[in-house]
Amino acid sequence: MIPSPIRLVRTTAFKLAIVYLVVFTGLTLFLIAYISRTTTDLLARQLEASITSEISSLVEQYRRGGLRQLVSAVEIRSRRPSASLYLVADFSGRTIVGNVADLPLAVLNLPDGRPVQVSYSRLDGELTREFQAVVRVFALPGGFRLLVGRDVGERVEFETVIAESIQFAIGVMVVMGLVTWVFVSRSVLGRVENMADTSRRIISGDLSRRLEVTGSGDEFDNLAESLNRMLDRIEALMTGLKEVSDDIAHDLKTPLTRLRTRLETALRDGAGEAGCREAIGASIEDADELIHLFDALLRIARVEAKSSGDELVPLDAAAIAADVAELYEPVVEDAGGRLITDVKGPLPIAGNRALVSQALANLLDNAIKYALPPDGAPAGAAGEVTLRAEQAGRGVRLTVADRGPGIPPEDRPRVTQRFVRLERSRTLPGSGLGLSLVSAVAGLHGGRLDLADAGPGLSATLILPVRQDPDGAEMRTDGTDVH
Amino acid sequence: MDAMRVLIIEDDTEAASYLTRVLQEAGHASVHAADGEEGQRLAEAGGFDVLVVDRMLPKRDGLAIVEDMRRRNDRTPVLILSALGQVDDRVIGLRAGGDDYLTKPYAFTELLARIEALARRNQPGGVETSYRVGDLTLDRLNQRVTRGNTEIVLQPREFRLLEYMMRNAGQVVTRTMLLEHVWDYHFDPQTNVIDVHVSRLRSKIDKGFDHPLLHTIRGAGYMIRDSVPD
Repeated sequence: MIPSPIRLVRTTAFKLAIVYLVVFTGLTLFLIAYISRTTTDLLARQLEASITSEISSLVEQYRRGGLRQLVSAVEIRSRRPSASLYLVADFSGRTIVGNVADLPLAVLNLPDGRPVQVSYSRLDGELTREFQAVVRVFALPGGFRLLVGRDVGERVEFETVIAESIQFAIGVMVVMGLVTWVFVSRSVLGRVENMADTSRRIISGDLSRRLEVTGSGDEFDNLAESLNRMLDRIEALMTGLKEVSDDIAHDLKTPLTRLRTRLETALRDGAGEAGCREAIGASIEDADELIHLFDALLRIARVEAKSSGDELVPLDAAAIAADVAELYEPVVEDAGGRLITDVKGPLPIAGNRALVSQALANLLDNAIKYALPPDGAPAGAAGEVTLRAEQAGRGVRLTVADRGPGIPPEDRPRVTQRFVRLERSRTLPGSGLGLSLVSAVAGLHGGRLDLADAGPGLSATLILPVRQDPDGAEMRTDGTDVH
Repeated sequence: MDAMRVLIIEDDTEAASYLTRVLQEAGHASVHAADGEEGQRLAEAGGFDVLVVDRMLPKRDGLAIVEDMRRRNDRTPVLILSALGQVDDRVIGLRAGGDDYLTKPYAFTELLARIEALARRNQPGGVETSYRVGDLTLDRLNQRVTRGNTEIVLQPREFRLLEYMMRNAGQVVTRTMLLEHVWDYHFDPQTNVIDVHVSRLRSKIDKGFDHPLLHTIRGAGYMIRDSVPD
């Protein structure tokens, strides 16, 4: 994808490049200005020092040999290559000796000692050319004046060099800024664009795609890996959801089809009143089964959608277990078995009484269904169903164990999924939703459902966290509900 | 059961007409309001033994009607009907002032049994200290049950089960009603838990006596009655 100019301006890379450019240009300008200023100061001081020393040496000549010696000394010095400026003038300002052609006369009347900058024309060069110099005037006895100066062309030249280097530096900065921009755009922006592109493909339905990981281990790799993990999770959930909806479609359509076929057959056959009544009665049973399925599905969905800690109140799990045991004991006996209740309370939990009760009821329903089948109920120990409630560490364990066929280890992880029914249980009534609800209830309470081998049989344990403040809020052990 | 006047506030006209017919067959009169405002007006006018209120109604919410009645200190029993059947929905409905809560879709036998139980609960006379059906007596104060001259020993839960059935003597009590009122559970166990408990109770109060008092009503539930129900 080629970014348009406007998009380019909006990019982070562009903004970064601009910031880089401004900051570094500013810094460079400051550095150059600082260096040039100190250097200029130093040069000026050196210039003044050399002027002062020349003046003192010439004054010394004057003291020794009067004006004549001064003049000759000036003449000698004037002839040296790249000589300083010299001028000796009488009281009227007429030049006696010197290498300065033209100079503002006012300079000679300046107060003594202060160096000043003036324009001048040189006697030994082209007369028309103007030069800049720093000069100092020294008053001699008799109205004579001695002027010594130095050309500052060097300093001007230095300043020019500085100005040029500033321009050059800015140029380099701009170029580097552009290079940075291009680099950042090409690599960083390219990867971002790449990610966005892949995301768009995923959005449009290709959930199997993953973001590119270059292996450089940088923050983009990091981000891509995190997003890929998220995509893995989403894909797994989507697959699960699809399976669930397929199952729902299958498990709800089967009884619906049966219902419809039965009614249609009764209508077409003209089965007579008795036949019709029978068909209607059976149809109502089918409808009830469907309603039951719907209720169970909705309940699981509601429990799963709730966040943990929602509407959980202080409860005694031992009281709940005892209540459920009391409800089921005659049922187990009727089915030819024996319910052994082993409840060690109190077992403080934060929970929802209705849901924990139903979870235990589902486990007991399963035990009765699988371990105590109506045809040939097992005798003695084989018919024992145990409901155990105890505390182990930080968990309250509510276990229902039977001596039935159990669940093979490889099937245990999937029996808690909706509508999963093992092959041999297909012939028994049931929706395949019982353990799903138990598992969802465990999840709501921040616990889990543990399925194990009771050797022989199944041991299903609902593990719920122990309530941390057993002495705090009042426990509801009486099992009352709003009623 | 004496004839009742029932106010049905339900926006599904077809469901309401079936319900009217069922009530009529059972000997009760009913008035139908098809939306919340009409229902509110009729409820304010009063003169009903029981109200059946759908929770979601056009114009005015069913729960608001019930809350309003309770604010006016109108104690007429209310049965709330709702498609929302989860535990917390139930609690919300009962908190608003409903006396009973039934989830759609429902069986008519269930609805009728509940309406009659509600109407009886509200009848003058208050809570009795003992119940009597034929020669069976339940003494609530002394927690004693006798049939004829024989004392019958019951477990605490069996006592509560019999107590509930005798309070509603002559009326159908459904399995769900028993599970709700005697055990305080609001779910359907897959196994026939209630049937087993009732048959144990039956073996204690009916076995060895000349005629049974505890009858199974097919497709509905149970009934305690001196004579054989129709």
